[in-house]
Amino acid sequence: MTATSTQETAVSIRNLDFSYNGTVVLENVNLDIMARDSLCIVGPNGGGKTTLLKIILGLLKPERGEILVLGDTPEKSRLRIGYVPQYARYDPQFPVTVLDVVLMGRLDRLFCGAYGKNDRKAALAALEEMGLTDLAGRLFAEISGGQRQRTLIARALAAGGEILILDEPTANIDAASEEHLFEVLDKLNERLTIMLVTHDVGFASKFFKSIVCVNRQVVLHPTSELTGDLIRNMYGGDIRMIRHDHRCSPEGHCTHGIS
Amino acid sequence: MEFLNALADPAIPFLRYALAAGILASLSFGIIGTYVVARRITYIAGAIAHCVLGGIGAGLYCQHKLGITWFGPLTGAIVAALLAAIIIGLVSLHANQREDTAIGALWAIGMAIGLLFIAKTPGYVEPMSYLFGNILLISKFDLWMVLVLDGLVVGIATLFYHKFLAVCFDEEYARLRGVRTDLYYLLLLCLTALTVVLLVRVVGIVMVIALLTLPAAVASNFAKGLWQMMVLATLFCIIFISSGLAISYNFDLPSGPTIIIIAGFTYLSTSGLRQLRSQKS
Repeated sequence: MTATSTQETAVSIRNLDFSYNGTVVLENVNLDIMARDSLCIVGPNGGGKTTLLKIILGLLKPERGEILVLGDTPEKSRLRIGYVPQYARYDPQFPVTVLDVVLMGRLDRLFCGAYGKNDRKAALAALEEMGLTDLAGRLFAEISGGQRQRTLIARALAAGGEILILDEPTANIDAASEEHLFEVLDKLNERLTIMLVTHDVGFASKFFKSIVCVNRQVVLHPTSELTGDLIRNMYGGDIRMIRHDHRCSPEGHCTHGIS
Repeated sequence: MEFLNALADPAIPFLRYALAAGILASLSFGIIGTYVVARRITYIAGAIAHCVLGGIGAGLYCQHKLGITWFGPLTGAIVAALLAAIIIGLVSLHANQREDTAIGALWAIGMAIGLLFIAKTPGYVEPMSYLFGNILLISKFDLWMVLVLDGLVVGIATLFYHKFLAVCFDEEYARLRGVRTDLYYLLLLCLTALTVVLLVRVVGIVMVIALLTLPAAVASNFAKGLWQMMVLATLFCIIFISSGLAISYNFDLPSGPTIIIIAGFTYLSTSGLRQLRSQKS
């Protein structure tokens, strides 16, 4: 435990509850996410993954409990988070160029008129990092799903910040794009805390240091304990039935925490 | 040719006013039409247009029955349009109601209020010219009005272009980047309302949606990006209005429907051609 306690915490959640129209979505959540962790958030549909994400982003307010993002309220830390939504939710006919999408990451620095030199520079640098320089002038609607995904990551990078949150980035993209995505994330993980929501855990253990299971309750596992049973249980039975340890160092987990 | 001669004829200034108003107003139509098409809020624009009749009716009633000279149909139209925009905007932002049902209700109520006021206004009022528009009735004063509204719409839309683009494309993300999206959405609806008032003058309430969205829809078949779409939409709008005016003058047809028919056919044929081309390739 000494190894983790010296690290800074990116997100810290204490006794958090959230319900929507009377239905409990999240219950008594306690979660600490360390800086530069790479975290995979999994769980069944309707289990509360997106809700947890929106609470971290400050788009939803918890009913009870406390949440700190980068040591401050989510609303105040919002600008220090890079957010990558699902690309499939965009209007496929919206007339906007790739560069204009990436520039939206700099909106907080613009009041009116045109973007400044620094904003354009940051956007172009982010495009280059994602290997999209040649596509800058193309329509967002015309490029492939994988490229759109990378455009949205570039937008988050242009914004800057210390945390990168991706919502279902592996949905609807082909295997090659997916592999490319994880190469990119691996590199970004050197400087950013990465949280990724998915319901496809098959690949998860390769890249991620920790897995967070969300199904009303939230449990964090180091990836080293990810077993077939765990994966089955995440989708099949009740999430509370699985063996879960308290948070351990990424290298391994303690042996005493069997419940 | 006959149309060009008539334009030069000093005895019929109304034709020149009509053409000038049409060309000037095309700027607002092109810019706001592009936002309306891209954000898919045609239905909201339609509701605002029909609420305008409520304002026109109230204006006529105040002027002719109550003798309040400063509150005429145009002032009424502007007030009603802005009011409708803000109500609809708040409904679509906050209410858990079915948004389209609420908008539909407002659409009908606005229209009904207008018809009631007109029925109770002394003297004969022809609702037809408001419903179907008559650009040839535009006076020199209206021309100034068009210029002022134009300046307002073009100025604000240009100044906050990137904010509006972001709010239309991805409201949630814009909010996360610290943009007050609700405010910009309401502002956009208010600009739409002002543009609708101009449109009512040109083509009438019933055909507002057509002239607002068709030029932008035609432009979207060619444009790369929102900015280009606005420029193209403005150009198409100018073409539709001036050719519509010329044809209606030559063949003695009502101008509003002529303009709409030209716009509608252009839209259908360009979309059809595009479809064919994409099937071939």
